[in-house]
Amino acid sequence: MKKLLSVVLMAALLVMALAGCSASGSNEADFKVGFIFLHDENSTYDKNFMDAATAATEKLGLTKDQVMFKTNIPESNECYEAAAELVDAGCDLIFADSFGHESFMLQAAQEFPEVQFCHATGTQAHTAGVANFHNAFASIYEGRYLAGIAAGMKLNDMIANGQITEDQAKMGYVGAYPYAEVKSGYTSFYLGAKSVCPTVTMDVKFTNSWFDIAKEKEAAISLINDGCVLISQHADSEGAPKACEENNVPNVAYNISTISIAPNTALISSAISWQPYFEMIVKNAKEGTEIPTDYCATAAEGAVILTELNAAVAAEGTQEAIDAAEAKLASGELKVFDTATFTVGGQTLTSYMADVDSDEAYTPDTEVVADGYFHESEYRSAPYFDIDIDGITLK
Amino acid sequence: MAKTNSMHHEPLIRISKRDGMVWWKGWLVRAAAIVLALLVCAVLIVFITGVNPLEFYASMIRGSFGSARKLWLTLQNTAILLCIALAVTPAFKMKFWNTGAEGQVLIGALASAACMIWWGNRLPGWLLLPMMAVVCMAAGIVWSVIPAYCRAKWGTNETLFTLMMNYVAMQLVSYCITYWENPAGSNSVGVINPNTFGGWMPSLFGQKYLLNILIVAALTLLVYVYLARSKQGYEIAVVGESQNTARYIGIDVKRVIVRTMVFTGAICGIAGMLLVAGTDHTISINTVDGRGFTAIMVSWLAKFNPIVMALTSFLIVFLERGAGEIATAFRLNESVADILTGIILFFIIGSEFFVSYQINFRRAHKEAGIKHD
Repeated sequence: MKKLLSVVLMAALLVMALAGCSASGSNEADFKVGFIFLHDENSTYDKNFMDAATAATEKLGLTKDQVMFKTNIPESNECYEAAAELVDAGCDLIFADSFGHESFMLQAAQEFPEVQFCHATGTQAHTAGVANFHNAFASIYEGRYLAGIAAGMKLNDMIANGQITEDQAKMGYVGAYPYAEVKSGYTSFYLGAKSVCPTVTMDVKFTNSWFDIAKEKEAAISLINDGCVLISQHADSEGAPKACEENNVPNVAYNISTISIAPNTALISSAISWQPYFEMIVKNAKEGTEIPTDYCATAAEGAVILTELNAAVAAEGTQEAIDAAEAKLASGELKVFDTATFTVGGQTLTSYMADVDSDEAYTPDTEVVADGYFHESEYRSAPYFDIDIDGITLK
Repeated sequence: MAKTNSMHHEPLIRISKRDGMVWWKGWLVRAAAIVLALLVCAVLIVFITGVNPLEFYASMIRGSFGSARKLWLTLQNTAILLCIALAVTPAFKMKFWNTGAEGQVLIGALASAACMIWWGNRLPGWLLLPMMAVVCMAAGIVWSVIPAYCRAKWGTNETLFTLMMNYVAMQLVSYCITYWENPAGSNSVGVINPNTFGGWMPSLFGQKYLLNILIVAALTLLVYVYLARSKQGYEIAVVGESQNTARYIGIDVKRVIVRTMVFTGAICGIAGMLLVAGTDHTISINTVDGRGFTAIMVSWLAKFNPIVMALTSFLIVFLERGAGEIATAFRLNESVADILTGIILFFIIGSEFFVSYQINFRRAHKEAGIKHD
C-alpha cells in the first residue's frame, strides 16, 4: 500500500515539474512591452488605457506575444513584483497606469536599469534622477475646458428658453478627492462654461473614492436637489450619468462617451487618449532613443479628445464654439487658466507658488503664474493647479 | 401490512459516517477530487475560450513555479495567509466566531506604518523592529480583546462585533492616510522611507522575504505545540466541545475566551507588521486585501491543524497566482480564473464529505422482491 502511495506522489511531482519547465524555455530576443493595470476592462479608467495600448501596439506591428498585460495589480508591493516578473519575461518597456503604482515602479526602475519604466499621472520622475523612469500625463484641462463650453452653451440655452434665470445657472461637480488633478479638472471645466455663460456658478462634492457607483450617484442627486441644473464628474463610475438620466439633468462625462447609457442627458465627454504616448514610448524604447522624463501629451497631438457631441441634448452652435476655442488653444491665443478670467478671494491672481517637486511637507517651490496665465502642466506633467477660485463652492 | 412494509423499506441512498479512514486513503480521495475538478475546468475552458487546456494548466503551474522569483513570491504569500490563519485558528477551535481578523491585521499594519513613519529614521533597526513587534501585537490585541471581553462579560454576539470592528479599522486607516498622504489629496501614502529603509525588515541571504517566511514557520510550530500539547490548548478544545463540560471541570470559560483572543490579536498584529514592514512598506485600506476572511477557510479546510494549514494556504495561493498568470498569458479576464478557482474549491470541500461519510446504495432487490410475493 505504501508503494501505491509513493507512486502516486512521484507521478504528481513529475507532472508538476514537467509542466513548469515546458514553456519557461521560450526566450526570444524580441522586443517586448508590459502593461500593468490597476483593474481590468470593467473599470472605464483602465479600459481607456487598455484600448490605447492595444491600438498603439497593433499599429506598430507588435504581435500578441510581444505585448503583456497584467490586470488587477493593487498599489502595493504587488506592483513591484508584477514589474519584476515582466522584466523576467523579457520586457524592455514597462508601463503602469495608476497613481499609487509610482513608488513601486520607481523601485523596480532602480533595480533594473536596462529596462524602461513609464508611469501615468505620477509626480516623481523629474526629481528622482533615475534615467530609466518616466512620468506622463496629458493636458486634459484643455479637454475639460472645451467640454465646459458645451455645458455653458447648454446653460445659455436653458436661460433663453426661460427654464432658469441667469442667477440659477448653477452646475454641480462630483469629484473623487480634493487633489490637484481633480481641482485642476473642475476649475478648467468651470472656466470653459464661464467663457460663454458669465453668470455660472458651481458646487463641488467629493466622494473620497475613485470608483464608487453608489456614492457618485448619491452625490449627483444631492447636487441636483441643491439646485444644480447641469452635472459633470471626475470619478470613474457611471453613477453620476445614471443619476442625471433619471432626473433629466444634462451631464458632461469623462473618459468614455455616456450617450449609450444616458441618451437623453449625456452632452459630451472629454477623455485622454493614451495612444499617441504609447506609440512614442514603444517606438523610442525599440529604437533605443530617449523617452522624455516627464511628458505632457497635448490636444494638438491627439492626446486630449472630446467624444461625440450628443445633438439631441446640446444647444445649437455648440460644435462651432468648441472648434473655434480649440483652434485658439492650439495657436496659443487662448489660455485655459488666463488670470483675467477668474479671481481668487476677489483678487486677480498675480503670483502662485505651487508644490511641483513633491515632498512630504508639500513645500511650494515653483512660481507658476507668469505672462497673465497659470502655467499648468508645464513644470511637471501631472496637474498642480489646486487653487479654490471664486464662483466654485466646495460642499 | 403497510407498516411492516415501510419498516423494511430501505432508502435508495443511505449516508453513514465513516469510522475514520487511513490517512493516505483520505488524501487519495482529495487528490482524486482535484483531478476531477481539473477535468471539469478543462472542459469548461475549451468551451468558453477555445484555449488548449494543457497549456492552460501549464501556465497555472508557472504562476507559482515559473521562476525563482515566482517561487519566492508564492512562499511569501503563503506565509502571510498562513500567519493570519494561525491567528484565527485557536478562536475557531474554541467555537468563537472571529470574523474580524481582517481588521485585527489591518490595525497591526497601521501600527507598523506609524512606527516606521514616526521612528523609522530616528531609531536603529535592532531597537525599532522588536519595539514595532510589541506595538503591533498590542494594537492587534486591543482590536481582538474588545469584542472578546464584551462577549465574555455581556454575551454580545462576537460574529457581528468582530465583523464591525473591521470597518472601524478601515476608517481609522483612511483617517491616518489623510495625514500621511503624499502628495496632498492623493489618498496614497507611497513607500515609507524609500531611501533610508527605516523600519524595513532586513533581507536574509539576499532574500527579502526569507525573514517573513522563517517567522511564520516558527509561529506555525508554536501554534501547533500550543494547541496540541499545552494545558491552555486543551482548555480551548474543551470549551469548543462544550462550555458546560468546561465549567463542570472547573475551567474559567470567560478567561479562556479573553486569553485566546489575546493570542489571536497578537499574531494578527505580527501579520500586520509582516505585511507593512516586511512586504509593502506602505499602508492603505486594502493592505490586508480580504486575507482575514480567506484565512478562515484555510483554517477550516485544514481542520485546525497548523501543519496542514501550511498546505491549504499554499493551495489557495497557488490557485490565485495561477489565475493571475492565466489572465496575463491568454489575455483573459481574471473572472475566468475565478470561476476555475471556485470549481476547484467546490470539489475540494466536497471531497471532505466523502472522506467523512460513506454512501450506501440499497442492496440488491432480490430479498425485497421475495417478501412482496
